[in-house]
Amino acid sequence: MDATDTRAANARPLLEVTGLTMRFGNLAANDNVTFNVHRGEIVALIGPNGAGKTTCFNCVSGFLRPTAGRVVFDGIDITGMRPYHICRLGLTRTFQIVKTLGDMTVEENVMTGAFLRAPGKREAREVAAEVLELTGLLDKRAKPGRSLTIAERKRLEIARALATRPKLLMLDEAMAGLNPTEIKGAMDLCLRLREAGLTLVVVEHIMEAIMPISDRVIVLSSGEKIAEGTPEEVAANEDVIKAYLGEKYHAAS
Amino acid sequence: MHEGCQNPATCPMGRVLSRRPGWGAVPECNTGNPATTGKGTKTNVPSLRGDPRRRRSPLVHVAVGAVGVVLQVLTSGLMMGFVYALVAVGLSIIWGVMDVINFAHGEFLMVSMYSAFWLYTLLRLDPLFSWPIEMAIVFALGYLTYKVIIRRVVDAPGLAALLATFGLSLVLRNLAQFLWTPNYRFLNETLVTDKRLILGPVVLGMPQIVAAIGSVVMTILVFYFVQRTRMGRAIQATSLDKDAAKLMGIDTEKVYAFTFGLGGACVGVAGALLSSFFPVHPESGALYSLLAFVIVALGGFGNIKGALQAGVIIGVAEALGGFYLGTQFKYAVVFLIYLLVMQVRPSGLFGW
Amino acid sequence: MNESPWKDRKEPAGEPTRRLTHGALERTGSDGQALRPAQPVRRRARAPELWLLAVSAVVAVLPLAVNNVNFHHVLIMFLIFASLGEAWNIITGLAGQTSFGHAAFFGIGAYAAAVAYFRHGISPWIGMAAGAVIATAVSAVVSYPVFRLKGHYFAIATLAVAEIIFQLFVSWSYVEGATGISIPVAAEGLATFQFHTSKLPYCYITLAAFVGTVLVFRRVEESRLGYYLRAIKGSEEAAMAMGINPARYKLYAMMISAFITSIFGSIYAQYILYIDPFMVFALAISMKIVLLTVLGGLGSVWGPVLGAAILIPLSEYTRILLGGTGKGIDLIVFGALIVVVACFQPQGIVGLMRSHGRRRAERGVSGDARRDATAVA
Repeated sequence: MDATDTRAANARPLLEVTGLTMRFGNLAANDNVTFNVHRGEIVALIGPNGAGKTTCFNCVSGFLRPTAGRVVFDGIDITGMRPYHICRLGLTRTFQIVKTLGDMTVEENVMTGAFLRAPGKREAREVAAEVLELTGLLDKRAKPGRSLTIAERKRLEIARALATRPKLLMLDEAMAGLNPTEIKGAMDLCLRLREAGLTLVVVEHIMEAIMPISDRVIVLSSGEKIAEGTPEEVAANEDVIKAYLGEKYHAAS
Repeated sequence: MHEGCQNPATCPMGRVLSRRPGWGAVPECNTGNPATTGKGTKTNVPSLRGDPRRRRSPLVHVAVGAVGVVLQVLTSGLMMGFVYALVAVGLSIIWGVMDVINFAHGEFLMVSMYSAFWLYTLLRLDPLFSWPIEMAIVFALGYLTYKVIIRRVVDAPGLAALLATFGLSLVLRNLAQFLWTPNYRFLNETLVTDKRLILGPVVLGMPQIVAAIGSVVMTILVFYFVQRTRMGRAIQATSLDKDAAKLMGIDTEKVYAFTFGLGGACVGVAGALLSSFFPVHPESGALYSLLAFVIVALGGFGNIKGALQAGVIIGVAEALGGFYLGTQFKYAVVFLIYLLVMQVRPSGLFGW
Repeated sequence: MNESPWKDRKEPAGEPTRRLTHGALERTGSDGQALRPAQPVRRRARAPELWLLAVSAVVAVLPLAVNNVNFHHVLIMFLIFASLGEAWNIITGLAGQTSFGHAAFFGIGAYAAAVAYFRHGISPWIGMAAGAVIATAVSAVVSYPVFRLKGHYFAIATLAVAEIIFQLFVSWSYVEGATGISIPVAAEGLATFQFHTSKLPYCYITLAAFVGTVLVFRRVEESRLGYYLRAIKGSEEAAMAMGINPARYKLYAMMISAFITSIFGSIYAQYILYIDPFMVFALAISMKIVLLTVLGGLGSVWGPVLGAAILIPLSEYTRILLGGTGKGIDLIVFGALIVVVACFQPQGIVGLMRSHGRRRAERGVSGDARRDATAVA
């Protein structure tokens, strides 16, 4: 993982997931899922409930060790690596069920993430101020985490991840439970992050939110990848409509 | 000092545990556990060590003797294991349902043993028949403990509940000492005292047999109570999700209080059964709560079947460890087993 | 241009990251208005150190002002247990790992000092150092199996470890087993760490160690380690997603905690001059540490000090006044008080003061804060 390696890897996708399979007993939560994520993209991972999106997230980010398959991030095979190693390499994620550190202030929450790369407290505080500003939480920074609203918590979750200065950020339903204004804010944030050079993989249920901002969409259903393409292509895909609306409804319409 | 010991000079456990502040004496020498210690059992229990007659026996005899000894140790351990299991079931229910570690659990046991002692001494009521009274007394004690103390701390953050139950254990233990002195008391003439059952090479003390059977029966009763009755189902529902249970119309306050009482009832019965072969004193419950912690964790919190199996494992491990490594190491063996098992199953043997 | 402070800082070696370039970004606050580049909040981080100065000055003058042997004894016990609480607070208050086994480290320290002089005639100071190293090593070794367990399973495992170590000491003839060690009387002085004519030297040595311990706690709390430990307490998964290896930082916390605990074990042994396994490895020691810290306030630097300031005089004076009867009235009173405190102030004294302070400070400012404060109270 030295500098030459990184440069050589620039041509290849930032994230390559090959044949990812995760079984829990007899249940295959992910079955042979293969996809790539290129630098500077926003890739949406969608699918009906129980399609295996979060499992896929957990496998990529190191919270689960996949039964089979390979995950290569930035030229490094990270399959089965622990989450904190993966984060160190520049891939981090947020959680669907936010894990706000309630006893710590908003600023401390973010500083904890910033410490990964900041050499000291002063620097960590500067990084925190910057990402808090970016996520619009700066005026809340002295508040304890537990006093935030759900929308603020979701933003804090993103701020904390950003503070680790990732190359690839994976957002697990960062918009669920937000009102339309807040969703708009989250969409803007995603776009700004992409402009800032980040690559994003987003799991989302809210189609109106995810379709306009993503460059590519990957659809999972029952653990398998059933479609991949631009939002328009995917929206027109028969299999996808079937998976979302059910066979019967599809036939009737 | 170690009053319960028949021969203080040679009893290692007397020195080991009797002077421990906090967890107090373990009256090892009167357990009647014939394989390891016990009054008057040394002569009629085959021992591989220090018995010259054995050493002179032909090889075959040694082999038969060895098998017999192992059987003896195993059955003794098994029988104690059932009693441990019952104590642990009480702790486990409370722990599983309201996530409270009842540090006063051993003291509940002690209260039961004193109740049995006084009922016998004052009214000549044998523990064999008085156990429902002990059960009721400790049920009431548990119920009251919930209503007066635990109710206020059960939802408090951090370790408040632990603090409260620990304080209660200090009060109960020292109240017993204040009222009834720290002296060891014995129930020497109960119906089962000094009776024993001889099955081939294995000698079983009648008090232990009764305690083991009583414990198993009580454990099964509690299990079916929780599985089958209306209250039991309410307990299960509350342990899964208190708020959901409340929305379903379950009076969770009542369930909690009853659960604490039920946990108490388990040790109430265990105390009655133990009183016929264990000395009664203010610290007699201390060791049991320590073992019960381990058993509950081993079996998985709130898991009755798990507690029963873990209790047996711990009982047998204690007996084997005590026999092969020496009595002073038997609890070290128990704790070591806990650590080892948890390496393989970090949520307990039977936890999810 | 809004130059990002990230851009011109050196990266830690070996961690290639492409930096974000925020220069082009439009900055908008939650109110939609453009914001000036953020200034980090300055915090009053030095306040606890000033308090420490004040507290230690008072404690330094007290034994001179009140020249009473019992009082000196209570003061020494207070300092020892307050420091033990601080040490325990690192692993439990900050890192959120409830240890019921700290008596093990306390006992190791006590025995190290005692055995050094009793067996080998070595200065107890060297014994103290050796004990601290051994306790740290033991904590590191047991941490591996124990930290794989979570929550209550962890707590019971620490208890199990402490019991095993206790059982070993009871049957280990090198340390005189269950008989215990009476430390041979030596000439009074700092070199022998024995003082017979007055308890004052013990007061001041313990005070110095106490001050050191509080400073260590503060140092840990305010450092990267402290942030990491609190993150681990909050959520191990969140911590891992931020690049934190929970096992490693919990191990550090445990080792620091064990080191300090062991040192106070040594001080205790030199003060009492007699130890046996039942005294120093007792679960009662572990529980006392737990109790006073929880009583004072978990995770706060002043929690253990306040807790010890209440609990230790209470237990020592009830023992001195009522304990002579041998009937346990002192412990009945003590236990009952613990119950009362737990029922009516579960947040600890520090929590009580904090919620009052917060309520005063934020009255009418923000609904969130008010709700929060009342929820705590």
